[in-house]
Amino acid sequence: MGTLNYLWLLTRKSVTGALFGITVSDRYLTVSPVRGNSMHPTFASSSTTFPGYLKGDLVLIERFCLHDFKFSHGDVVIFQSPSNHKQIYVKRLIALPGEWIRVSSDMLKIPDGHCWVEGDNSSSSLDSRYFGPIPLGLIRGRVTHVIWPPQRVGKVERKMKPERIYQD
Amino acid sequence: MAAGRFSSLFRRAATVPWSSIAGEAFDRVVLVAKTVCFVHVINNYVCSIALVRGPSMLPTINITGDIVAVERISPRWSLISVGDIILLRSPENPMKTVTKRVLGLEGDTVTFLVDPAKGFSSKTVLVPKGHVWVQGDNIYESRDSRQFGPVPYGLIQGRAFCRVRFSFEPLFTY
Repeated sequence: MGTLNYLWLLTRKSVTGALFGITVSDRYLTVSPVRGNSMHPTFASSSTTFPGYLKGDLVLIERFCLHDFKFSHGDVVIFQSPSNHKQIYVKRLIALPGEWIRVSSDMLKIPDGHCWVEGDNSSSSLDSRYFGPIPLGLIRGRVTHVIWPPQRVGKVERKMKPERIYQD
Repeated sequence: MAAGRFSSLFRRAATVPWSSIAGEAFDRVVLVAKTVCFVHVINNYVCSIALVRGPSMLPTINITGDIVAVERISPRWSLISVGDIILLRSPENPMKTVTKRVLGLEGDTVTFLVDPAKGFSSKTVLVPKGHVWVQGDNIYESRDSRQFGPVPYGLIQGRAFCRVRFSFEPLFTY
């Protein structure tokens, strides 16, 4: 009887903990690994297959920005890929709705509710240059800090590219 | 005798069972937090209730507003099929949620009237990978994929599967 009681208590405790954890990670803060090398100078490059991705950085993601969808130029954001909703990408936000951006030689206007995202390592990055502007609604959070490995711990800086953006 | 008054105040304060009050308050806070977490998880992962209104889904959904039950499981597992009514984040304004009907999944070709009020000129498009084509039931007054193109699957919030209709109109209007 005692063990059964103990098991029941343990189950209840773990379910409560899981609910609490899910809520906090959905609404406020979460931690996630970054794989791949599209953001190379900002995050360590790592391979996307199994043994390699253990070398990737662990980052802190805040979700407060999802309450009002207000972003600034140069924020590093995570978003669902427009072509596969199960994949989450991390890129830097370059242009916001209503602005003009220079892409190679063309000028492009960002439509309402969309934004332009690009990786820091432009030679190997699948980003808006390939799939165009993405809806802001796909954004799932903003990366604020690198928290692992210890020698790379620090704030993620905003980097702007003002020479590419024109406001009208 | 200010000092005497203070010491009597302290003596009285000492008799108040602070620790049990604090314990009880903490228990209440934990209970509220647990409830909030439970509601959040059910709302976001299982099913929730939404009030939808506007002319774009007439006659399926009333212009003055209907309460619909929304399930959140099928978008997560890619179980959305053609004909489902879905709630999605508007691609034009991320703060707004709109209700539309799915008319095409990735790889489908969709033919639609460009402007049904003006004529019969139609267009055919191929829905790209990872996108869906959504349209309102009321094609004359709906802002949907005909204007902003196919929408990414990631914007889908849930599938409306049940409607609660409160009708206060007199019966003879039917």
